[in-house]
Amino acid sequence: MKSAVEQKILALNGDEAVAYAVKQSDVDVVAAYPITPQTIIVERFSEYVANGEVETAFVCTESEHSALTACLAASLAGARTFTASASAGLALMHEILFVTSGCRAPVVMAIANRALSAPINIHGDQSDTMAQRDSGWIQIYAENAQEVYDSIIQAFRIAEHPDVLLPTIVGLDGFTLSHSVENVNALPDEEVKKFVGTRRFPNALTHEGKTAPLKLDPDYPMTLGPLAFPNYYFEFKRQQEEAMKNALSVIKQVHDEYARISGRRYGDGLLEPYKLEDAEIAIVCVGSTAGTVKTVIDDLRTEGVKAGLLRIRTFRPLPVQGIREALEHVKAVAVMDRSMSFGGQGGAVFHEVRHALYDSSKHPLTVNYIYGLGGRDTSPSQIREIYTDLQEIVKKNRVEEPVKYVGLRE
Amino acid sequence: MKKILEVRWHGRGGQGAWTASELLARAAVHEEKYIQSFPEFGPERMGAPVAAFTRISNEPIRLHCAVYNPDVVVVLDPTLLKTVPVTEGLSESGKLIINSKEDPAEVRKAFKEAKFEIWTVPATEVAIKILGMPITSTAMLGAVARATGAVSLESIQKTVKERFKGDVADKNFAVIKEAYEEARSG
Repeated sequence: MKSAVEQKILALNGDEAVAYAVKQSDVDVVAAYPITPQTIIVERFSEYVANGEVETAFVCTESEHSALTACLAASLAGARTFTASASAGLALMHEILFVTSGCRAPVVMAIANRALSAPINIHGDQSDTMAQRDSGWIQIYAENAQEVYDSIIQAFRIAEHPDVLLPTIVGLDGFTLSHSVENVNALPDEEVKKFVGTRRFPNALTHEGKTAPLKLDPDYPMTLGPLAFPNYYFEFKRQQEEAMKNALSVIKQVHDEYARISGRRYGDGLLEPYKLEDAEIAIVCVGSTAGTVKTVIDDLRTEGVKAGLLRIRTFRPLPVQGIREALEHVKAVAVMDRSMSFGGQGGAVFHEVRHALYDSSKHPLTVNYIYGLGGRDTSPSQIREIYTDLQEIVKKNRVEEPVKYVGLRE
Repeated sequence: MKKILEVRWHGRGGQGAWTASELLARAAVHEEKYIQSFPEFGPERMGAPVAAFTRISNEPIRLHCAVYNPDVVVVLDPTLLKTVPVTEGLSESGKLIINSKEDPAEVRKAFKEAKFEIWTVPATEVAIKILGMPITSTAMLGAVARATGAVSLESIQKTVKERFKGDVADKNFAVIKEAYEEARSG
């Protein structure tokens, strides 16, 4: 696929790719807590602010709880808003994550996916965002630094779409993406500015019976995030679910529109299959390990093994139908989780993929692999072993151990 | 044929192993190559052994894992040879590049069975002479360019000028050039 515009080849780590994308996305307010577990993202962005390269208001707060609260308020006042966090920082935002999605504030947040303590660890895994899967935020996970850049730009359009109005997390695997330098093709500033455009607001009825854009404006007073007791709360939640459903098609549309400019596609924006069409065995995973899986698949294919991959790019909203259609012809599926759901018999991704496959009459055999917790590396030979296990499962037509662990000392 | 060149850098915290890995990668970007550069993801303490990695390829690099079988191992600090298994995973056709005044044949005595190429370069001496400080990262980059031919000196020069300013850039490039010329194999 060809790009419609001339692009600049940069060498950036994942954090810098986020900062660069935010710089180009005409963001009004960035509020962040600038101390560990913060990443280079806001450090680099604060340099853009200090150098006068952006007109963004940059607010340093005293905690992540406050950082997201400031973003929420700015977003409700109509600002395009961004923040970044990771690990314990995201955990501290937990309360305000729900307030932000409940207020329908389209804040965009980058998360360098990192482990949660204890024991103390700040290395890569997806425990932080998976623990927030029910907080009402859209979750998009990138495979490489290029996709990190592309996804941040797309995230503003998705979050702010009047049919969606939901906050959006873009996840990049801690260290593996956040601290690794890779090639990034960057669009020209004016192209990104044109693509993200200015924030659009649906109209709402004010207290005074006037029609005005849905944002805090002293000239058109309205209350956002009010009290809603048993008489109304439930309806608000139902509307958030409807917005999530709408997001499925909006994410695809925005991804398509962006692909026409950039020449880059990630499946349909929701799911990215790789050599899956004729696959007999497949891995499902989220994030950067998908790249290693693809390399292993290429090797296996030369040996005649029909191996494939389904990468879940959009985890919230979960493309249930897409997952079912992509996998139901496969004989055995290994779902990889880089976080634990203690006592849940498998990780979050496993639960959801099995749930998606339940309504298929073909019922592929499914098995879960927990991997990479606390930054443990996952090698190509370990991925290869998973495919060997799958071949064995197909032969026996039975899963003996539904939950397994990759590279764990036992 | 292996499509990706994998380099592992060994140094001590503060010596610039990651900087060197990044400079090599950025120089390769000037030659329209695909790259990855990352540090060993562990605690970073001044003086403690650290590692960094560079991958270079003509095709997009999809691997997102550590380097297990490097083609090239670079040792910024020769004192590491006693404590760190620097040649772990290095292939027989690989190259070991060490900061050392010694002749490669002398260094080889410590790796008797090894079939890989051994290169030495007096990086500390070159750095002290030109920079006035024993910072060996750029000198070792020069030796890597010579031993592997992975990037040209022109591309390195461009990269150094982007990374450092004025006199610092000029001096570091002088270090790279001298190390390039002084690197020997055996």
